Amino acid sequence: MPDRYLCEVISNETLCDGVFAVAVVCGDLAGEALAGQFVHVKCGDERLLRRPISICCVSGGSLKLVFEVKGKGTSWLSRIKPGETIDILGPLGRGFSLPEGKVALVGGGIGVPPLLFAAELAGGSATSVLGFRSGDRAIMKDAFESACEKVLIATDDGSLGYHGPVTLPLKELLEGEGYGAILACGPRPMLNAVAGLCEQFGVPCQVSLEEKMGCGIGACLVCACATVSGGVKDMSRVCVDGPVFDATEIVWSGWDA
Amino acid sequence: MRDLSVNFAGVSFKNPIVVASGTFGFGREYGEYYDLSMLGGICVKGLTLVPRLGNKPPRIAETAMGMLNSVGLQNPGVDSFIEDELPFLRKHDTVVIANISGNTIEEYALMAEKLSEAKVDMLEVNVSCPNVKAGGMQFGTSAQGVASVTQAVKSRASIPVMVKLSPNVTDIAEMAVAAEASGADAVSLINTLLAMRIDTATRKPMLHNNVGGLSGPAIFPVAVRMVWQVASALKIPVLGMGGVMDGDNAIEMMLAGAKLVGVGTACFEDPYAPIGVIDGVGAYMAEYGLSSTDEIVGKVELN
Repeated sequence: MPDRYLCEVISNETLCDGVFAVAVVCGDLAGEALAGQFVHVKCGDERLLRRPISICCVSGGSLKLVFEVKGKGTSWLSRIKPGETIDILGPLGRGFSLPEGKVALVGGGIGVPPLLFAAELAGGSATSVLGFRSGDRAIMKDAFESACEKVLIATDDGSLGYHGPVTLPLKELLEGEGYGAILACGPRPMLNAVAGLCEQFGVPCQVSLEEKMGCGIGACLVCACATVSGGVKDMSRVCVDGPVFDATEIVWSGWDA
Repeated sequence: MRDLSVNFAGVSFKNPIVVASGTFGFGREYGEYYDLSMLGGICVKGLTLVPRLGNKPPRIAETAMGMLNSVGLQNPGVDSFIEDELPFLRKHDTVVIANISGNTIEEYALMAEKLSEAKVDMLEVNVSCPNVKAGGMQFGTSAQGVASVTQAVKSRASIPVMVKLSPNVTDIAEMAVAAEASGADAVSLINTLLAMRIDTATRKPMLHNNVGGLSGPAIFPVAVRMVWQVASALKIPVLGMGGVMDGDNAIEMMLAGAKLVGVGTACFEDPYAPIGVIDGVGAYMAEYGLSSTDEIVGKVELN
């Protein structure tokens, strides 16, 4: 069961400019967490709302949270020091389901870290396709290389790996061999493009969405996402119906709710 | 022995703390964290006659010690509530208050009839939602509108009727008096304050709906002032809410004249917030040797 925990910070590491990895001790949380789930983090007493941050990975009784500084809350969190405590609610949301067959993980920018958890569950057999703005922002490359069979990198400026979007190496990959599923996390336009490619190749695709949240547990209805399931339109809740959705359920554009 | 129980418009509450509409869904989510029977009452998510999908996201923006929302009354409709949600709520020993919003006066009346038949304990008539085009606040910002809706609901309801007032008016006491004169059994206040934030980088409003309702600690002093004004002007009881975060805030609201106190946005910071508020009220009563909340309600000593 998700619950509220006061967790001790054990490390805070800068991964690249503005991106931090904070590890906290919490046996109960680490034991229950599933790949693709998130935690809701209280960022100091000055801010009312928690910040949803996906779980990057768990090891032993600790979990690692990787986040980008976007505003005052994440800026506060980026200054947290080992030995201090943070107030965390979790684990929350519906995570990835790992199907039979070969899995490819497709991540973009700050959407990359939560895929590491899925890569570890896939037991070293997954292929990862990771996209970044530039080579100096290619975070967690080593961790993915040790957790995956193959890692392909794409950068917007071509400074590392493929020059272009993640769909460039992903298309080559899908043309080359069969995949049981694609699990994707990143900015919405990237997810939309990945979902389109998967549809074209007939590969099931799961996407992890991001939305501003209130309660984080499904009660307040602010983190809405337009979906269609069985022909029925709905406003789903990213926090509990997601953050991971079957890509075919997402209304990517055109439906004015 | 401390007695936290309250008789409010003929309905018995085990304690004066209710969770505010729109912040608590239909109780299922928070029910995973604690027994809902610990709560005095639950004001359910605002219901409409037919299901609504609500506004496009983003629907939330943070402010200094507060937040804006523009959910836009997303709900499954009154019939689905009665069939799918009410039986779950009824498994708990807590007062169930159905919050209703109509596009027309007839819609309010029809919902009042349905929910009376379904035997919810009380109605909270929402004439103050800032996030929908029709209905909601259009009725709540004139005394005539408040009176018309209240009369229509009272004529078809067989359960106590509470009218939820909008703070987006010049004189909230005037609206409260109109509700009382039209037969309301109680009033609740305040709903959110109409507000706006703009992203300076994109020059776009932070909410897709452009404007939304401000809630949280930022509005607490406004809520206390309005509860005091309204409670001073009415004979019927008042449910006070707006930014209550802890037991001390609840006591302050009660001193201003609130017989019941709503807890809403605080739940987003901490799911256990309503339980903390109940404990805090009990602790205050113990500290000051009070045996009943009657010794607090409306007991502000004015200068």
